[in-house]
Amino acid sequence: MTAPVLPPRQIFWTRRRVKSLVVQAVFLGGLAWLFYFLFANTTANLQRQGIASGFGFLSQRAGFDVSLSFLPFTSDSSYGRAFWVAVVNALVLSALGIVLATVLGFGLGLARVSKNWLIARLATVYIEIFRNIPLLLQLFFWYFAILRQLPGPKESLVLADLVILNNRGLYMPRPQVDQSGWVIMVCFAAGLCMALVMTLRARQQRLKTGHGPKCWFWWPIGLFALPLTAYVLSGASLSFVIPELRGFNYRGGMLMLPEMLAALLGLGFYISAAIGEIVRSGIQGVDRGQVEAASALGLGRRDIMRLVVLPQAMRIIIPPLATQYLSLAKNTSLAAAIAFPEIISIVAGTTLTQTGQALEAITLAMLFYMSVSLSIAAVMNFLNYRVLRHGN
Amino acid sequence: MATDHTAFLPPPVVSAGPLAWMRRNLFTDWRQTALTLIVLYAVIRGVPPLLGWLFVDATWQGTRDDCVANGGACWAFVSARWGQFIYGFYPADERWRVNVTFAMLALSVVPLVLPMVRGKGWIIGFLLTLYPVLAFCLLYGGVFGLPVVETARWGGFMLTLVVAITGIVGSLPIGILLALGRRSNMPAIRTFCTLFIELFRAVPLITVLFMASVMLPLFLPTGFSLDKLLRALIGVAVFNGALMAEVVRGGLQAIPKGQYEAATAAGMGYWRMMGFVILPQALRLVIPGLVNTWVAIIKDTTLVLIIGLFDLLGIVQAGVADANWLSASVTKTGYVFAAMGFWILCFSLSRYSMYLERRLGLGASR
Repeated sequence: MTAPVLPPRQIFWTRRRVKSLVVQAVFLGGLAWLFYFLFANTTANLQRQGIASGFGFLSQRAGFDVSLSFLPFTSDSSYGRAFWVAVVNALVLSALGIVLATVLGFGLGLARVSKNWLIARLATVYIEIFRNIPLLLQLFFWYFAILRQLPGPKESLVLADLVILNNRGLYMPRPQVDQSGWVIMVCFAAGLCMALVMTLRARQQRLKTGHGPKCWFWWPIGLFALPLTAYVLSGASLSFVIPELRGFNYRGGMLMLPEMLAALLGLGFYISAAIGEIVRSGIQGVDRGQVEAASALGLGRRDIMRLVVLPQAMRIIIPPLATQYLSLAKNTSLAAAIAFPEIISIVAGTTLTQTGQALEAITLAMLFYMSVSLSIAAVMNFLNYRVLRHGN
Repeated sequence: MATDHTAFLPPPVVSAGPLAWMRRNLFTDWRQTALTLIVLYAVIRGVPPLLGWLFVDATWQGTRDDCVANGGACWAFVSARWGQFIYGFYPADERWRVNVTFAMLALSVVPLVLPMVRGKGWIIGFLLTLYPVLAFCLLYGGVFGLPVVETARWGGFMLTLVVAITGIVGSLPIGILLALGRRSNMPAIRTFCTLFIELFRAVPLITVLFMASVMLPLFLPTGFSLDKLLRALIGVAVFNGALMAEVVRGGLQAIPKGQYEAATAAGMGYWRMMGFVILPQALRLVIPGLVNTWVAIIKDTTLVLIIGLFDLLGIVQAGVADANWLSASVTKTGYVFAAMGFWILCFSLSRYSMYLERRLGLGASR
C-alpha cells in the first residue's frame, strides 16, 4: 500500500513573500515619515507666518469684482460665492469649447479624407498649424494681438446691424419673450421629445423587422413647426433686443467679453485640430471591405459615410475623443492668463493673494479639476459602452 | 447571339495629365466643383494679404514709427530684441556658454535623425544623462572657473529649452518607476503609484506649477529655500512623469508574458529582468508615444510664464508691452515670431515621430 501523494506543503512565509512584505513596510514607513515631515514643516511655517488655516475664509467678504458672472455677485459677496462663480464660468467655457471643437473637428476630419484635393490639403494645413503651437500662445494671440487691437465702439465692425465686434467684445441680439413665452419653451421641449421618441421607435422597428418608417420629418415639425404654431396662437410677443450705440458704448443685446471670445477661439481651434486627426484616423481605421460592400449594395458616397463608415469609426473615435474633452476642460485653466475669471484666476489668483491661504486655495482648485475630469471620464465611458454594445 | 458592344462605347475621356487630375480631384461633380470654387475664392482673398503683411509691407529695420507707417509686420522689433529673445537676461559676455550648450545639443541631435548612423543608443544615453549635467554646469557656472549666472537672469529661448529638456529627461525615469510601480505585485506600492498617476493626470499643469511655487516653500523646513526655477522644474518633471508613466505602461503591457517567464527562468531578479529584458523592448515599442509626449512637454513649457519666469513666450510678451514699441503691429509680430519658433520645434519633432513610427512599424512587420 502506497502512501497517498501529498501536494508539496505550501509555506506561507516563503522568502519571496517576506521580502515583498518587508519592502512594502519600509515603503509605507518612509511615506508616513515623509508626510509627517511635510505636515510638521507646514504647521511650523504657517504658525511662523501667521497664516490662518482651514476653510473658514470661504464665508468672508471677498471685496473684489468679477468681470463675468452667471450668478449674482458683488464685491460684498463671500469667497465661497466667488468660487462658485468661477466654477460656473469654467464649466460654461468648457461646454461651449467642447461644442465648437467637436463641430470643427468632425468637419476637419471629414475634410481630411475628402476626395477634393484642395479641401483635404487645407484641412491638413489648418491641423498642422493649430496643433503645433502652444495653446497659451494662441490664447495670447487672439486676445492681445487681435481682439484687444480692434477699434473702439465708434468704429466697430458691424455685420448687418445685428452683430457688432469691437474692443469691448462681441455684441449680439438678445431674444426677449414676454410672460407667455414659457408656452413656446414648453412646445419646443415637447417637440424635441416627440422627435426623439419617434426616431427611437423607428430605429427599434428597423432593427426588429429591417424596415422602419421614415422619421426625419419629425425633427422640423418638433423643433420649428410646433413652437411656431404656439407662438402665433398664443399671441406671445418675441422680440430681439438689438445692441445700439448710445454715447460711447453699445447698450442692449448680449455681450461676449473679449476674454471669453479669445478663450473660446483659442481652446476651440486648438482642440479641434486634435479632434480632426482623431476623426480622420477613425474613418481610415474602418475596414476597406465595408466601404466596398456598401458600394456594391448601391449606396451613394454620402450614405456610405453616414450609415456605414461613421458608426463604425465612432468606436475608434470615442476613447481618444474623451481624452481631448478632458484636456479641453483642464486647459480652460490657461484662460486665467488672459484674465478670464475662472478657477485659477479667482481661487489660485485673487483669493490666494488676498487671504494668503495657499494650501486651501490650491486644494480647492485641484478638487474642482479632479471632479470635472472624473465626470467627463464617467460620461464618456458610458457613451463608449453604449457604442460598443449597441452599435450607433 | 453575339453583339458587338464596342461599337457603342463613347470616346475615351482624358484619363491622364493635369486636366484629368483636376477633374478627378477638384471637379468630380457639381457639389465638389462648388466647394472647390468657394474655397479657392477664400484662399485667393486670404493668402495675398497675409503674405503682404508678412513680407511686402513688413519693416525690416527701424523704429516703431516706421512699423506703424508701413503697416506690415515689424521684424525690426524682433531683430532689436533678438538677444533677449534667445538668451533672456544672460550677461552678454557669458552668452558663448549658452551657444556651446546649444551646439552640443544640435551636434548630438543631427546624427539621431540620420538613418545610417550607428550607435544611436550611446547618443541617446549621453543626451539623457551626461548632457543635462554638463549643460547645467556650463549655464549656471561656479565650476571650471566660470562665473555664476543666477537663474533669475535665465530667459528666452534658452529657458524654454532648459525647461523642455528637464521635463523630457526628468520625466522619463519618474515615468518608468511609476509605471513599474503600477504593475507591481505589491499592493501598497501599486496603490500609491496608481493614485499618484491618476491625481496628476486629473489636474492641469498650472495647478501643479502653482503648487510648486506657493505650496512647496510651506512644505520645506524653515530657512531652507529652493530656487524659483528649480521649483518649477520639479513641478514640470513630476507632472510629466505621471503622463509618461501611462505611455510606458502601454509598452509594458504589450510585452508577451513569455518574456517575463523566460527572464525568470534564466534566474534573473526583478531589476535585472526589467533592466535588461523587459524595458529595452517596451521602451522601443513606445518611442512614437514618447516623442508625442515630448511635443506636449515643449508646448507646455510656456506655462512657466504664469508663475513669473520669462521663457520665450514670456519674454516676447514683456517685449511687446515695452512703451517704446507698443503698437498693434509689434504685438502681432511678437506673437507670430514666438509661434513660428514653437511651430518649427513641435512640427519637426512630430514629423520625426511619424517617421519613426513608419520605420519601427516596417521593422516589426519584416
